[in-house]
Amino acid sequence: MPEPQPNPTARQIWMGVLARCRPDRLAALMPDLAAHVVLRPAEVGAVMVRGRVGAVGSPFNLGEMSVTRCSVRLDDGAVGHGYVQGRDKGHARRAAVLDALMQTTQAPDLQATVLDVLIAEEAAGRQARAEKAASTRVEFFTLVRGEDK
Amino acid sequence: MYVAVKGGERAIDNAHAFLAEERRGDVSVPELSVDQIREQLKLAVNRVMAEGSLFDPDLAALAIKQARGDLIEAVFLIRAYRTTLPRLGASKPIDTSAMACVRRISATFKDAPGGQVLGPTFDYTHRLLDFKLLAEGEAPQAARAPAMPAAVPHIADFLNRDGLIEQDTANDTTPPDLTREPMELPASRALRLQAITRGDEGFILSMAYSTQRGYGRTHAFVGELRIGTVPVEMDIPELGFAIQIGEIEVTECETVNQFKGSKTEPPQFTRGYGLVFGQSERKAIAMSLVDRALRWKELGEDNSGAPAQDEEFVLMHADNIQATGFLEHIKLPHYVDFQAELEMVRHLRAEATREAAE
Amino acid sequence: MSLAPQAMTGGFADAPVQSARAFRAALDALSRPGRIVAVEGVQPPAPLSVAAGVLLLTLADGTTPVHLAGAFDCAVLRDWITFHCGAPLVGSDAATFAVGDWSALHPVGRFAIGRADYPDRSATLIVELDHLTAAGARLTGPGIADVAHLSLPDIAAFQHNRALFPLGFDTFLTCGDRLAGLPRSTRVEAV
Repeated sequence: MPEPQPNPTARQIWMGVLARCRPDRLAALMPDLAAHVVLRPAEVGAVMVRGRVGAVGSPFNLGEMSVTRCSVRLDDGAVGHGYVQGRDKGHARRAAVLDALMQTTQAPDLQATVLDVLIAEEAAGRQARAEKAASTRVEFFTLVRGEDK
Repeated sequence: MYVAVKGGERAIDNAHAFLAEERRGDVSVPELSVDQIREQLKLAVNRVMAEGSLFDPDLAALAIKQARGDLIEAVFLIRAYRTTLPRLGASKPIDTSAMACVRRISATFKDAPGGQVLGPTFDYTHRLLDFKLLAEGEAPQAARAPAMPAAVPHIADFLNRDGLIEQDTANDTTPPDLTREPMELPASRALRLQAITRGDEGFILSMAYSTQRGYGRTHAFVGELRIGTVPVEMDIPELGFAIQIGEIEVTECETVNQFKGSKTEPPQFTRGYGLVFGQSERKAIAMSLVDRALRWKELGEDNSGAPAQDEEFVLMHADNIQATGFLEHIKLPHYVDFQAELEMVRHLRAEATREAAE
Repeated sequence: MSLAPQAMTGGFADAPVQSARAFRAALDALSRPGRIVAVEGVQPPAPLSVAAGVLLLTLADGTTPVHLAGAFDCAVLRDWITFHCGAPLVGSDAATFAVGDWSALHPVGRFAIGRADYPDRSATLIVELDHLTAAGARLTGPGIADVAHLSLPDIAAFQHNRALFPLGFDTFLTCGDRLAGLPRSTRVEAV
């Protein structure tokens, strides 16, 4: 069986949100980038996605997905890493800067104005899809057959 | 003899220009955008991602546009592009039991816990052309109902509890990767699954169909078919922990197959497995049948000599880019080869004519 | 776990262009044994030289395990390689690349030499030298028009390696920002 998921840390949660969000939404919510130096320039690459044989057995290589990453350091020394889905270098850099800022005193403000908004939008999208799927759920009725009387 | 040819370059440039104009088609018709392809030809995009072996809907849509809708050509473009990308790492195995399903059906248990969810399926359509789609401007609305719990258990888990289905246990071995090392036979099941999931849908479908018609029959039922999104997690060395690097849509099919038992195994159900990028239901079902057929040796079954049981035959012919590359190369100049054959036929004819005359 | 700050600096600023140039330089060096070429673009932490750092960032990635020998197996270097190329760090027998000075890399018989059907599944040694000059051991073979000379740290080990051909390891010799190549095909003689 897949290993049980320990509760993700706050940083794992925000990095995941930044990886999945649309680049234009992040840019709209955080248009300005704090001053920073680039430790590792934004780079488009591929990650081999693995599955498990029979959903539970040995790993196998399913295929790759495009991922862009970037690492930055703020003037105060905080280091941020961005790993985002797709090929948008601006997205990766913005995610890295936000990851660094979330380790500073600006965290509560950014949580409210950027991350909570992204989280709410993502949850609304998931909820809508789940409700549409639920509307196609089949309800079976087992009919009593004569010989069972 | 060596034949030098001059003047091909301009012809090739002009062929490219002609191709570009033909791609655009009638300019009085609005140009197709990549966004439109990604959103409205999603199943074609999914197929290009699955066989191109790269999950990136924008790129797959662009490839379809550039290839004028020739999906194998689009797969070729994606395969070529992916070779330019540095490999940043490998994900943890995705957890399909945590899938946010939009479709989830079982042909074996009508009361499957979690329910049967049809999702956006063609299954119950009448396959009558819908001429209403000729008119533009429709924005259909799906119905809504209260959402169910996010994750539903795999149906095979229920058979597992009674010991009626073969068990599989997790391990964390590094799987072989045919994009890095040439495929070596005999292949492990992990390597076979990689080859099949990126294989040509038509080929895998035909192989699966052949098992149903009796060439390596495996008596398959769809134990469960699910489509939905799963997060992708990867360990990040510089962080020292794993993060989600995105979310992908996949189709998973698990078949339940009759198995009479062998010298080492009691009678029980066995499994075939299919997992494919995107909403690719036909491919996932076919994959699970072909996977099961190829397992004859490890399950101690007889080899009936069926094509779908022949690992070399299936794995070496499943890739449509390899196939189309070798097939189509014979249209390219073979003037010298052919000249040699021509000389030989002339020589043999001359000999035969002389002998007949004597 | 978090990486040492100096492990996160000193990589290529423009990886596609700089690594392509470095790859060309490495190719030149390996195909013209004895030729010494200069490379640039990275500032690795000590004790790694610029040339060895360039080679690792150009040639190594997550699929090519790296072995750090002797004094090179230190925390800051491990972190630097992890951050900039993602290569797993392994023991000598599993290494695709091995880095160190000659005394730490020796005995070199422990490195992979490939298989008859896949001679390429072998190790590449990156040997850090105190000096690297076109003088010393006599080199002949493919890529050498007549004869070349190179300041090798050993003779017998490379002669033995040549005798394994087509199997064997390949070698880069590095010193500061300069490097030379010694493929398994080169014949080595003492002068």
